[in-house]
Amino acid sequence: MLDNSEGYVAEDGRKIGGVVMEMKNITLRFGGVVAIKDISFDIREGEIRAIIGPNGAGKSSMLNVISGFYVPQEGEVWFHGSKRPPMRPFEVAQQGIARTFQNIALFEGMSVLDNVMTGRLGFMKTNILQQALWKGKAEAEETENREAVEKIIDFLEIQHIRKTPVSRLPYGLKKRVELARALAAEPKLLLLDEPMAGMNVEEKEDMSRFILDVNDEFGTTIALIEHDMGVVMDLSDRVVVMDYGKKIGDGTPDEVRNNQEVIDAYLGVSHD
Amino acid sequence: MFYREAGDFKTSYIADSQTFPIKFDRYRYYVVLAVAFGVIPFIINDYWANALLLPFLIYAIAAIGLNILVGYCGQVSLGTGGFMAVGAYACYKLMTAFPDVSMFIHVLLAGGITALVGVLFGLPSLRIKGFYLAVATLAAQFFLVWLFNRVPWFYNYSASGQINSPERDVFGIIITGPNAPAWATYLFCLIFLTFSAIIARNLTRGTTGRTWMAIRDMDIAAEIIGVNPLKAKLTAFAVSSFFVGIAGALFFAVYLGAVEVGEVFGIQKSFLVLFMVIIGGLGSIFGSFAGAAFLVLLPVVLKLLGVDLLGWPTDIVAHLNLVIVGALIIIFLVLEPHGLAQLWRVAKEKLRLWPFPH
Repeated sequence: MLDNSEGYVAEDGRKIGGVVMEMKNITLRFGGVVAIKDISFDIREGEIRAIIGPNGAGKSSMLNVISGFYVPQEGEVWFHGSKRPPMRPFEVAQQGIARTFQNIALFEGMSVLDNVMTGRLGFMKTNILQQALWKGKAEAEETENREAVEKIIDFLEIQHIRKTPVSRLPYGLKKRVELARALAAEPKLLLLDEPMAGMNVEEKEDMSRFILDVNDEFGTTIALIEHDMGVVMDLSDRVVVMDYGKKIGDGTPDEVRNNQEVIDAYLGVSHD
Repeated sequence: MFYREAGDFKTSYIADSQTFPIKFDRYRYYVVLAVAFGVIPFIINDYWANALLLPFLIYAIAAIGLNILVGYCGQVSLGTGGFMAVGAYACYKLMTAFPDVSMFIHVLLAGGITALVGVLFGLPSLRIKGFYLAVATLAAQFFLVWLFNRVPWFYNYSASGQINSPERDVFGIIITGPNAPAWATYLFCLIFLTFSAIIARNLTRGTTGRTWMAIRDMDIAAEIIGVNPLKAKLTAFAVSSFFVGIAGALFFAVYLGAVEVGEVFGIQKSFLVLFMVIIGGLGSIFGSFAGAAFLVLLPVVLKLLGVDLLGWPTDIVAHLNLVIVGALIIIFLVLEPHGLAQLWRVAKEKLRLWPFPH
């Protein structure tokens, strides 16, 4: 396996750095149900890390643990070399972890621009009195962040809908707006929960291109969950495979593809 | 026509995010301001001030306040009457304790005190939502009215249990008490309404407003992308109560002059302001104005039509008012939850292309 301190060179020649996030022996239970059982893995700087597994394997629970929405009963989460104390989800977000959701969680009553601007929350420093006055600091801050947001809107090619209320958009565009909102936070770690669920081939191609571009352009570390095997194997540098809450494989797409346990989990195995 | 957005290009983000991005809207806003400040004070009389203008101005402030809480932050509140009472009693205590301080400061302080009380009663919103929060604020409503009725300190141990607004002036012009001229009371309330509207607009178009709306639209997602729910909800309660408190202070000190808390600031007042917000439009500053204007005008217009023109008995017309308001609430909730403001937006969108919609 890989050395823990140093990075490695990805298949396409990209340099992957040190460990950004490390999950150590995570166990998560809901009452008697064990959703995640003693799982450890790491995510390295600049890589695209995939978490795959059949339905109910605990992938989304894992992502919720990373984003602080669930607190595991056992195990530690290490982020940038220090153990993460128990914290609320918004504090995790302020640390630099942004995410998208499996069932789009945009703010339906707001315009695309406002949705993406909400992602910039961590950069807003003015207090409520300055904002009430508007002129001066609040306006300057608004303009400054608007510029950053416009770059992302430009990058994801959603300029034409920036003033449209999100509730009027089709599914594929909503997914893209959600990605824009997560990117607006300039995250150190970007979590994507099934970014391609429910898309047609063309939309999937678009989304794959955006994910690769984000990684390439901003150097963003990405962890994603996806069901489309072809997409996962093409996009990711390393893959964690989960089944029934346990980790059954971890490695490059090729290693995982040839792992007997993984094949059994996906294709089934005869019990004789 | 001159109502065109074509050719009205924006070259900076500041120009793009201003309150009235279309030139015509902007000029109309200046004209309305000029008429409100420069023309109406000269032609106003007591009837117009007391029947229409003062209630409209004061209810508009209250509606803006409630709209921030319900329409922008999505926290249902039935305690508006109670919070108006806090503003009124705070203003009364300040007026009697510090007779030499300007009324501007008293009203602002009354708003500030109400904001603190609002935050206190907003604390349950961190745990409960929707229907249950509405019940919790209902408790605030009844508790506050009970408190002001039962603790004599609040009404300065007066025999009647009422509070009466003493005569106070601003820069030598009397604005409270029976001797206050109509134009002065009107201008005093108008100044507060103008600033309330501008502040509300500034807050709702900026970061604070976005965190409120994020909480309203999907609170879990908001928290995961970095919105502190505690801060967002409590600021909404504070800002909302601040405006409601100002409205309560003006309602007592400038408009009514004497208040018996159970009658004036009872549960029906909470519903009246809530209806203004619903009919006017949730999540819209303009809607707060429209709703307040509508519900203040409706009884006056009905009385003119029913009693004076058609000769119906007064009580029938008064009840007809309730019937119409009730029916409108149902119609708006079912057909157009965003109220008059949304109807206005849709009408503008349609008229843009009229008469050639294709």
